[in-house]
Amino acid sequence: MSKKIFWFLLAALAVAALLGPYASSYPDGLERVAEDFGFLGKSEGKAVLQSPMPDYVMPGITDEKGATALAGAVGTLLTFVIIYIAGKAITFSKRMSRRDRYVRS
Amino acid sequence: MHIPDGFLDAKTWLSTAALSAGALSYGLTQANRELEDRQIPVMGAMGAFVFAAQMVNFPVAGGTSGHLLGGALLALTMGPWPACIIMATIVGLQALFFNDGGVTVLGANIFNMAVLAPLSGYWVYRLLNRVIANRPVKIFLAAWFSTMAAAAATALELAFSNTIALKLVLPAMLGWHSLIGIGEGLITAGVISYLTSIKGGLFLSIGRKAGESNV
Repeated sequence: MSKKIFWFLLAALAVAALLGPYASSYPDGLERVAEDFGFLGKSEGKAVLQSPMPDYVMPGITDEKGATALAGAVGTLLTFVIIYIAGKAITFSKRMSRRDRYVRS
Repeated sequence: MHIPDGFLDAKTWLSTAALSAGALSYGLTQANRELEDRQIPVMGAMGAFVFAAQMVNFPVAGGTSGHLLGGALLALTMGPWPACIIMATIVGLQALFFNDGGVTVLGANIFNMAVLAPLSGYWVYRLLNRVIANRPVKIFLAAWFSTMAAAAATALELAFSNTIALKLVLPAMLGWHSLIGIGEGLITAGVISYLTSIKGGLFLSIGRKAGESNV
């Protein structure tokens, strides 16, 4: 991994861990609209899945800001790893055909 | 703008899921054509940055907040179809691990934020290429529009689900997101300016893919 990409990933981790805990807790645009028109309750109890880190909070950590920082850092790294693997899978066939060409020539 | 479970009816989330599946499978073949192996770590880092930035809600007005979507940011740096794949991964992770956006409505959230936002941002940028020379202004407008497109689609889906009347929800969603989109535009223009200012540039496809010559 080039140095530039390493630093950029580090910047992403810093954003999640240092700024994440200080995010505004006001409802976002859609939540605000749902509140104003009284349909926010339609989502209550409807979540079909129990997520491991609901609302970007790492469970088992009492310090609220710390729990958000940790969940954010974990999510950021997870995003990097999964996209990396997916990306490698996307370019896999290309790599193989290039290698074949090389082997044949 | 992550729709939770319960807001959309079955016909709406099924049809948006079908649309998203179609767009993503086309996107995968396009991404395969465009991407080089060396760009994969860059894709990961850009995606990680967008995930992180999405956590940071900023207040907009009167007790409301917004956060970066990042669709235009990814589309202008990585190309529109790789951007779709990256965003879909992020939206999926958010639903599965962080309870942000429902699982039944994942197709709708992917359609709004991972298909419409990057593609509309990209195409608006290309259209503006013909009329505006100032790049940060073009980026700002493309990013602002991408937020509005995603907000309009969300409003339409809510209306199709009979959750709320279109004539109420469309102006409300567009109203709030016209403000949130200003944040989207400023962050997108700022980050891309920074990335292009790094010595030797960083992987950007904005020049090549968006039809500019001198980046």
